[in-house]
Amino acid sequence: MQTIYFDNNATTRVADEVFEVMQPYFCELYGNPSSMHTFGGQVGVRVREAREQVAALLGCHPGEVIFTSCGTESDSTAILGTLAAVPHRRKVITTRVEHPAVLTVCRDLENRGYHVIELGVDKQGRLDLDELESLLDDDTAIVTVMAANNETGTIFPIERIAEMVTERGITFHTDAVQIVGKVPLNLSETPIHLLSLSGHKLHAAKGVGVLYVRKGTRIAPFLLGGHQEGGRRAGTENVPGIVGLGKACELAARYMDDENTRVKALRDKLESAILAGCPDSRINGDPENRLPNTTNISFEYIEGEAILLMLDRFGICASSGSACTSGSLEPSHVLRAMGVPFTAAHGSIRYSLSRYNTEDEVDFTIEKMPQIIERLRELSPFVGQVSV
Amino acid sequence: MWEYTDKVRDHFFNPRNVGEIENADGVGEVGSLACGDALKLTFKLDKDGRIADAKFKTFGCASAIATSSVLTELIRGKTLDEAMNVTNKDIADYLGGLPEQKMHCSVMGREALEAAIANYQGGEVKKHELEGHVVCTCFGVTDVEIERVVRENDLTTVEQVTNYCKAGGGCGGCHGEIEKIIERIQGEKVAPHAPPVPRKGKKLTNIQKMQLIQQTINEQIRPALRAHGGNIELIDIEGDKVTVAFRGMCAQCHLAEFTMKDVVETKLREFVSEDIVVEEDKDSVEEGHVHKG
Ligand code: FES
Repeated sequence: MQTIYFDNNATTRVADEVFEVMQPYFCELYGNPSSMHTFGGQVGVRVREAREQVAALLGCHPGEVIFTSCGTESDSTAILGTLAAVPHRRKVITTRVEHPAVLTVCRDLENRGYHVIELGVDKQGRLDLDELESLLDDDTAIVTVMAANNETGTIFPIERIAEMVTERGITFHTDAVQIVGKVPLNLSETPIHLLSLSGHKLHAAKGVGVLYVRKGTRIAPFLLGGHQEGGRRAGTENVPGIVGLGKACELAARYMDDENTRVKALRDKLESAILAGCPDSRINGDPENRLPNTTNISFEYIEGEAILLMLDRFGICASSGSACTSGSLEPSHVLRAMGVPFTAAHGSIRYSLSRYNTEDEVDFTIEKMPQIIERLRELSPFVGQVSV
Repeated sequence: MWEYTDKVRDHFFNPRNVGEIENADGVGEVGSLACGDALKLTFKLDKDGRIADAKFKTFGCASAIATSSVLTELIRGKTLDEAMNVTNKDIADYLGGLPEQKMHCSVMGREALEAAIANYQGGEVKKHELEGHVVCTCFGVTDVEIERVVRENDLTTVEQVTNYCKAGGGCGGCHGEIEKIIERIQGEKVAPHAPPVPRKGKKLTNIQKMQLIQQTINEQIRPALRAHGGNIELIDIEGDKVTVAFRGMCAQCHLAEFTMKDVVETKLREFVSEDIVVEEDKDSVEEGHVHKG
């Protein structure tokens, strides 16, 4: 059976070109970049090149790129490293819709006595910037706001937020794992201090990420040990992963147009056809400021896991904000923060596309969706009733 | 991804007895949209008092649909007394097992059956009535229901209770009470591995007391407030006087301030010391106001 992969916000396939450049670094060029011999040294050269490739995509200086093991590590390092560098400041500002890699860290900080503020969002998932501005003060150590939401694709105006925050002498961090490679970003034009990205979200391998640290930003290292990454992140480099990520960044720049034209058109087609073909469905998120590859649609009266299983039978991979899929009992914290009613939150499905998707795949899915939704609604006791 | 048995998949993809019987003899409705699953069971009796037909409608995940389907198969042909003996375990066993976290689906099946039989016996159509007092407000689960799943399935941890009836799966504010229920029923069986909960000691040093207060706030109080969009901050401790500030509450929440303070005081007295007095620091409230509609 064919696989139709619409779950690219969860992870992506490694690009062939990326896989190809990674291969020699397992069995042939396996030297340690820190070694004094030529054999290891040549590997160090490739790591440096990869750093330049990442910097080129981000519009920053290669010296501002720190390789980590994943987006989660980058997030933890950014937040905890900043707090360690400004120990007298005790306030942390974030949002209710962050990825757990940020939210869980912040909630833990709260238990350790920090004053943590989680900004709410409106029905479309947007922040109130005036509210944010009113909360900034001399006690604020860091503001961490994601660039784009993984579940709904809603994009936050991080450039404006960065200006507002950094003007007050406060460190600004953004978890940008979903936006890098999908929407152009130029760090030389915004005062963002810290930015996290993750390799496997942009067709590089799992197990490699980046923390961008703007020159002059005060941050303490998180992993201590050797002098790798200029002493800012100890641990022997994941060379194949890093080399692959460099290539993936180069490709991302090349496909940026494709992402925002062809992929976006596929997303739009999928979305409007599903909305037209399935009654009582609606989009979650801000339709105007949204990642080009993501759509999150709620189907009333039915439950997401059941929809996913039906899709799975046709080889279609998507994800859901329903409680049942995560093993937790409550639906997505993002949808709840947006005030999406329970009736719709349990039945939400996210489709996230990539440059590997085709029109045929979209057409096939468009054809299958209505019958799946209809079938499950036949089983539902709520159809035809007033929403609870 | 969940690992479902072939039986579960079969009953999900090809559910038996879907629908609603008109003029049913018994109607049982449990669950709600908010909870993420709901089941409406209807049955008709034949002249010998056996279940001639049973149908279901279910909102929920694959295992909720599969358990409902199996339930209707299991009770057909049974007298009401026989049907009453069908347990959630029978349903799960018939399916070749369910993932632990999905056991509550089988419990929902059994509850719907009971509700339908009660409806037949009591006449009028009513939702499954709550007995006992609500322990878990997040999912509206009562002590009686919790006791029952603990007994019938020999459960020993809060996590298991959550898997079987959802209680404890939200804010976590009810974990303490669920633990007490488990201890009461299972007695010694659980005492040795009960997870560490803050406990009142005999004589606490000042530092120990402060830590215990912080721990109690973190584990027993904050989760419940969080579930309702609020929060609490520990401002100061002076002897037995504990000063806290409430955050993220809207105007309506502030009307209820005095009760909030009382709740905190009760918890701290329970877990730390009888002499604790809680005061609210109102000056720092404005600043942390983050409530949004
Ligand atoms: S009250 Fe039980 S989980 Fe919230």
